[in-house]
Amino acid sequence: MSEPRRALLEATDLRKLYGDFCALDGVSLTIAEGEFVSIIGPNGAGKSTLINLLTGALPPTSGRVRFKGREIGGIGAAALARLGMARSFQLVQIFPDLTVIETLQAAVVSRLGRGSRLFASLAGDREVQSAALAVAELFGLASKRHAPSRHLPQGDKKLLDVASAFALRPEIILLDEPTSGVSTADKTSIMEILVGAAKQVGLRAIIQVEHDMDIVFGYSDRIIALHQGQVLADAPPDRIRADTRVVDMVIGRKRTGATGPASHPDPLPNGERKPSNPSNPSPPLGERAG
Amino acid sequence: MTGRVVLAVVALAIAALPLLAPPYHVLLMLPFMAYGVALLGLNLLFGYTGLVSFGHALFIGIGAYTGAFLTTHTAVRSLEVMLLLSVALGAAAAALVGALCVRYVKIYFGMLTLAFGMLFYTFLLKFYRVTGGDEGMRVLRPSLLGQSLDAMPKTDYLAGPYYYYSLAVLVIAAFAMWRIVHSPFGLCLRTIRDNPTKAESLGISVTRYRWYAFVISAAYAAVGGALLGPPIGNVDPTLAYWTHSGNMVLMTLLGGFASFFGPLLGAFAFIFLQDTVMSVVPYWRLIFGAILAFVVIVAPGGLMGLFTRRRVTAMERA
Repeated sequence: MSEPRRALLEATDLRKLYGDFCALDGVSLTIAEGEFVSIIGPNGAGKSTLINLLTGALPPTSGRVRFKGREIGGIGAAALARLGMARSFQLVQIFPDLTVIETLQAAVVSRLGRGSRLFASLAGDREVQSAALAVAELFGLASKRHAPSRHLPQGDKKLLDVASAFALRPEIILLDEPTSGVSTADKTSIMEILVGAAKQVGLRAIIQVEHDMDIVFGYSDRIIALHQGQVLADAPPDRIRADTRVVDMVIGRKRTGATGPASHPDPLPNGERKPSNPSNPSPPLGERAG
Repeated sequence: MTGRVVLAVVALAIAALPLLAPPYHVLLMLPFMAYGVALLGLNLLFGYTGLVSFGHALFIGIGAYTGAFLTTHTAVRSLEVMLLLSVALGAAAAALVGALCVRYVKIYFGMLTLAFGMLFYTFLLKFYRVTGGDEGMRVLRPSLLGQSLDAMPKTDYLAGPYYYYSLAVLVIAAFAMWRIVHSPFGLCLRTIRDNPTKAESLGISVTRYRWYAFVISAAYAAVGGALLGPPIGNVDPTLAYWTHSGNMVLMTLLGGFASFFGPLLGAFAFIFLQDTVMSVVPYWRLIFGAILAFVVIVAPGGLMGLFTRRRVTAMERA
């Protein structure tokens, strides 16, 4: 994080009121090229509101959100996806009656702007077919590609939700609790697939909202802690871990995160199983060409 | 593969019917084919986009009245012109109605389409100078492919050239719809049916695609309406009445909205069942209500669902 890199997503002084209730109060943040940023905070800290503002789903009461220099407040999910920001959902969102491959094809069709091809054959569109298959392979879903999405196990549904967002080849992706509702054993494998895929498709930044502190500390370059609608801290993981206020108010005093207590033999403070070590100078997404 | 064989056999049977069956049953096939076209359109909205319209009789009415108006008020007798103008007017009306309706879903969408349907019904009823009011309007015998066939006896005309003309329209309409539902566009509609929030997040503009589907389905309904007029010889406002919209939904449910050919089977079953039941008891609506309840409870996939389910279980056993 030594030299300043180009800001992809910039939020300045965001405020959001729901009636009298102030959900976000003066939040500013910047996501730069090559970053993996986690947003943490207790329930009611304003994480969901922040996501809704960052993804253009809701307009802010005041303040602005800029993506690649463009104001995106309230422009809507579809327009934002076309601009290059994709998202996955906390509660898994799939198309129950579509197969895995059809789901990915839909994303590719959308990316290529071919949705208005009324009489073209989808089966005969080689570009769509091969691009969808490539994403399925990347996420380890190729063997299940003809299964209806509703029949997938929960972990695969979660992967499919994320995979379809990746199929848009976005520049930035926002993952809303990518491992929630998944068994502890599956969490790491999901994250590994995800980070590997990010390198392959040339993603420029990842933002995630996550409760599992193992995941948060294991993968982030930077952590933004929210508390009561305000940014409590915005720093690399090692400094967050040293910040007593954040530990008290957000993370909790238990050795690791709130979600997976006894099941982690190797608690995070040792920093041993972290794929992207903060002391490592190379940016985690930086391997991609261009 | 078996599907193609079945389809070919059915198509041949329909084509050979005028040679084999008594004229009465041949004539019953005419509304089947007209409704078949309309239901292919309705099901693009219902089965593929997840929107149930209770106002599609509006577009049937537009098609039927377009034909009637042309033959009685102008010198135009060509069925091709009638069909093309029906498509244009049906699509134009749907562009306006749809722009207001597709922002809503579920019951709100259904109620809005119902409201517009009733608006048009009232228009047909009250503006009798243009529409003939409750008596409706005559439809003079249209010429087919530039051939005036006025000299033919009526039954010969309907069971002969008109029958094959309708069949050709149905086949073309079905082929075009088959392409549509198997296109990238069709896939986008299915994503919207399954999960509009997710579809939107993938960059698919939900309201825009719903609007496209609405306009296409209305154009199909208008073609169906235009085909429905000549066999009756007279169009009246009941064509646009809400129970008529309801019948279309019932036909779709009866055949199965989850399958491409389900609505066609539904239209066929509906028309022949109605004819049989009406000849036995006067209370055909009572019987049909019971049938509808039975279908929804016992076979939510409709008649087509019974076939495909059997096929799926057979495949699973194998």
